[in-house]
Amino acid sequence: MAFKIIVCAKQVPDTNEIKIDPVTKTLVREGVPSILNHDDANALEEALKIKDMYPDTHITVITMGPPQAKNMLRECLAMGADDAVLASDRALGGSDTWATSNALAAACRKVGEYDLIFAGRQAIDGDTAQVGPQLAEKLGIPQVTYVTEFSIEDDRTHITVKRALEDGYELIKIKTPCMLTAIKELNSPRYMSIGGIYDAVRRDIPSWGAAELGVDPDKEVGLLASPTNVYRSFTPVPKGKGVTIEGESDKDIADKLIIALKAKHAI
Amino acid sequence: MDFTVKQEHEFVRQMVRDFAAAEVEPIAADIDQEHRFPEENIPKMARYGLLGVPFPKEWGGSGGDNVAYAITVEELSRVCATTGVICSAHTSLCAWPIFNYGTDAQKEKYLIPLAKGEKLGAFGLTEPNAGTDASGQQTKAEDKGDHWLINGSKVFITNGGYADTFVVMAMTDKAKGNRGISSFIVEKDFEGFSVGKTEDKMGICGSSTTELVFRDMRIPKENLLGDEGQGFKVALSTLDGGRIGIASQALGIAQGAFDVTVDYMKSRRQFGKRLADMEALRFEMADLKTRIDAARLLIYRAADMKDRHENYGPMSAMAKLYASETAMHVTTKCVQMHGGYGYTKDYPVERMMRDAKITEIYEGTSEAQKLVIAASVFGK
Repeated sequence: MAFKIIVCAKQVPDTNEIKIDPVTKTLVREGVPSILNHDDANALEEALKIKDMYPDTHITVITMGPPQAKNMLRECLAMGADDAVLASDRALGGSDTWATSNALAAACRKVGEYDLIFAGRQAIDGDTAQVGPQLAEKLGIPQVTYVTEFSIEDDRTHITVKRALEDGYELIKIKTPCMLTAIKELNSPRYMSIGGIYDAVRRDIPSWGAAELGVDPDKEVGLLASPTNVYRSFTPVPKGKGVTIEGESDKDIADKLIIALKAKHAI
Repeated sequence: MDFTVKQEHEFVRQMVRDFAAAEVEPIAADIDQEHRFPEENIPKMARYGLLGVPFPKEWGGSGGDNVAYAITVEELSRVCATTGVICSAHTSLCAWPIFNYGTDAQKEKYLIPLAKGEKLGAFGLTEPNAGTDASGQQTKAEDKGDHWLINGSKVFITNGGYADTFVVMAMTDKAKGNRGISSFIVEKDFEGFSVGKTEDKMGICGSSTTELVFRDMRIPKENLLGDEGQGFKVALSTLDGGRIGIASQALGIAQGAFDVTVDYMKSRRQFGKRLADMEALRFEMADLKTRIDAARLLIYRAADMKDRHENYGPMSAMAKLYASETAMHVTTKCVQMHGGYGYTKDYPVERMMRDAKITEIYEGTSEAQKLVIAASVFGK
């Protein structure tokens, strides 16, 4: 039986090219190229590796975004994904993470059966890392975040992952269907292939609006349904230069550090 | 007339640029210094379809067009002209004539592995006494009934030391002159085939440029490519397309030198300001950018004409003439912009200037391009 994977991806502004408007202090989006979010590329790569191992694997990439997000979906197809779906509607605009995960959960249900949902840890523009976990909650499937190593058993009913924590790792065995979020240490994403590009640009990519997704624009998705709103975006004042403490020995340095911290009433 | 960039071409550029930045650029200076063929990159280029861009998928290719192919060679050459010419010679000079003139059986046996990049290709036309005057072929092929027997040698063969498959020209009937030349598909493992001297060159130092020696080399009958006596036509039409590849290589070299020079000018300060703020130098760069883009338009136009099966020969000659002279001009100016640093191997412009020169010479010198262009004006 085919193994079905859904990869959640997001089109984001290339942060290497980002500038802040000095007057409004907001991101200048004009002229900034849009790219496939890095962690999502890792999620897709891991799905493609499963497909390399088990050719009957089927990968569907879904995203929520404006119509131009189809470009990013075509990039995913050119890398080797089988299908792509865009959730796009004015009614979805302004969604926060809660509303976004509602829309994505609806899209996943509409895609149908799945054994695995793979998402990136977080998007480089919003940096919340909330959408993946919320999606798993709403679909009622187990989840593991920050996946840095992945292996799957031949019967594909169980997956073993290594989860990166701040101070260590967890090895977790999880039953499918489940949701995982990838971090960049998981793999190096492949490039598109030239042949893949030519197939991808000719593909019809379905676009599902709120009606097709069966979500309520007032209660589930969009600006009005979102419990959180961005009040203001701003650039933090850069931190000042740190102080380097030098000394004869480690003990000497530690003593000086303690004195300095006490002087600031930090300890 | 439509100058909008197609989405597939945008993707191809993005993909090849990413590939080149990660896989090619890091080794470009080393392979130049070590005169080392970047063998490790051939399977990577194959995996992503870079060695079969303009061929249909049913023949193992990527299903792209000649504009995509031009962009591929351009983007590879932007960071490494050696890698650009490996792709160009393989695709234009070996895979293409088999695609265009080969029988289905020949395509099955030779084109599919070439287009997939499982085998590397090369082309043997030039001889010590047959350069621009390609009609002076001395390599002979004799019809021995159940096979051909080839004796002779070829020089300056790009990919020579690493190719598996060669398209080779030889004289089958000296009395008929150009019409006595035929082309053959040669495998490196054929008895009597050997690789001779490897050239020590000014530039594209990682590229393998060798002599090919044929001593009583037996070739199966079915390896005649095209009809007997059609070899000169095969060679000239192959070079018509090859010029798009070399023009793209030249364009890539020019663009690469330009881009690193822009970065340098933004950081280098003299007389209390950045080079990028000095008007004389800004104007120089404006001229270079204009020439580079003019070359690009000529190349894409030639490639587009080829895709539409129009008579693109004079156009690809103009593209190659202009792009190669642009590469030489731009790289020379970019070394100048770098001052003393530009003359050292600490900066890539020195390599790019050495690499640029060959584009005015191989696959038809600038003078040979003018023969083609002038013939389209005045007749032959």
